[in-house]
Amino acid sequence: MSGLGVVASREAVLGRKASALELARESLARIEAVNTRLNALTQVFGEEALAQAAAVDARVARGERPALAGVTVALKDNICLDYGLTTCGSKMLAGYRSPFAATVARRLIEAGAVIVGKANCDEFAMGSSTEHSYHGPTRNPWDEERVPGGSSGGSAAAVAAGMCAASLGSDTGGSIRQPASLCGVTGLKPTYGRVSRYGLVAFASSLDQIGPFARDAADVGAMLEVIAGHDALDSTSDPRAGVAAGWMEAAPRRLKLGVPRQARSAANSAGTAAALEAAIETFRGRAGGAEIVEIDLANIDSGIAAYYLIATAEASSNLARLDGVRYGHRAKLSPGEGLEALYSKSRAEGFGAEVQRRIMLGTHVLSSGYYDAYYVTALKARRLIKGDYDRAFAAGCDAVLMPACPGPAFKLGEKLSDPLAMYLEDVYTVGVNLAGLPGITVPAGFEEVGGRLLPIGVQLIGPARGDEALLRIAAEFQRMTGHHRRVPGGA
Amino acid sequence: MSERLSSEAVMKVARLARLAITPGQAERYGEELSKILAYVERLRGLDLSGVEPMATPLDTPAPMGADREGGEAVTNAALMGMAPEVHEPFVRVPKVLGEGGGA
Repeated sequence: MSGLGVVASREAVLGRKASALELARESLARIEAVNTRLNALTQVFGEEALAQAAAVDARVARGERPALAGVTVALKDNICLDYGLTTCGSKMLAGYRSPFAATVARRLIEAGAVIVGKANCDEFAMGSSTEHSYHGPTRNPWDEERVPGGSSGGSAAAVAAGMCAASLGSDTGGSIRQPASLCGVTGLKPTYGRVSRYGLVAFASSLDQIGPFARDAADVGAMLEVIAGHDALDSTSDPRAGVAAGWMEAAPRRLKLGVPRQARSAANSAGTAAALEAAIETFRGRAGGAEIVEIDLANIDSGIAAYYLIATAEASSNLARLDGVRYGHRAKLSPGEGLEALYSKSRAEGFGAEVQRRIMLGTHVLSSGYYDAYYVTALKARRLIKGDYDRAFAAGCDAVLMPACPGPAFKLGEKLSDPLAMYLEDVYTVGVNLAGLPGITVPAGFEEVGGRLLPIGVQLIGPARGDEALLRIAAEFQRMTGHHRRVPGGA
Repeated sequence: MSERLSSEAVMKVARLARLAITPGQAERYGEELSKILAYVERLRGLDLSGVEPMATPLDTPAPMGADREGGEAVTNAALMGMAPEVHEPFVRVPKVLGEGGGA
């Protein structure tokens, strides 16, 4: 069922065992077979992908060795391409054609990747289930009555269903790590600033990061090597070096993992608790040993509150540009209606309820009289939350280990009536964005629910700019376990 | 600062956010937003004395780049192609200045 992964695709194409064209055709056939049901991709670039693949084959024939030769990739639809539509899952941009391509897209194409389509997402990346998309929800390949997670649900589902070797998502409060857990794939949110945000439609500028999904850490790392690195077009891009060569070799002999006291929450599902304990035991059994220590993320309970104040405040500012004037949806005005109506009606018609809710919350907490009590307070809480992680790393932890989310995939519609219930999905992920640290989800087990096996991941968090070390730890975990090799409906 | 957001307060925020909502929506958003604001009240319990606000994870400000001349630009045609209503070479909008205009 599933095609080759990232490293395997590259090796096959560079080793002339398969052509990029063959891999692209396989991907498109798989998409044809399953995407209508799953709705993971809202646009499929059949012709463009075949043309890109043919170009890659020509380069390989000339003796070039592109780093991602023939690797099929889907891009979350909030990442701009200079062809096709970039809708961000929203009616506001339903017909929007970006005049420029995101830096990550250019780097992937330059490296020989083949872009097969755009992946569905919650509108403007605001959500944890991909149910808030103008294009309808994406279904979880493991159980089509359930959500794939969000906001990068389409990106996660596409990889899980074997539609492509890898995909890109974005993560502002968990939007890569949570869907990775729910879909049984590996997903990395890099350290803030490692991957350029140029061409990522901004949700919350101090929290957003683009990151890869793939079936294992080695594949995720191969993607990171290409997309990471300084970009002069993004002023928040870290000027320090990109991913150094040879980073995957040699796991450290000693490993110290911090497990937060707060990770063993009563709110966790039975499968989540079991997967965490099993992961701890797996690490204990590694060659060279592991020291597992309990750490205290004392401020974790403040994370959701701080996040939903900061992220919504930043979103209210970033989405102000969508005003019906220069691009996007413009409302029809009645006689006598002027500029204010143009803005207000266009935005009310173009944005869904969740986006409107968050814009209003953000506007409120930034407004005069509320700014200090809400927004500045949240920024201070942010520093405390970061401090908890800093202390763990200063005490010698190589990584922090905890769940990615409290449970497996929930049913479509289950959490839609209570926005706050949906927000609580992010309890284990938001702190990592607030602190700007790297975090990765790896498949760690399964939970049987209603006669179906649903994936459960665990999350590893590293110190700032420790993405490579984190990937090595994740890769070692995957050499010791086999959860990441399982696919929906099959072996 | 715990408060229930009244419909009037919601309408005021909606005006600031340039979002046209109905009184019915104001009622519903008011309930939902009030619940979220009640939840974030927990931050008041934190000891934040002497804590500096953290607006970004970046520890160093972005370095200044050298001025560059020329290079790629988005074409006028591309930009005009995106605009909902055009009156070449302008984007058409409702009256902004003078009598009858205003945002």
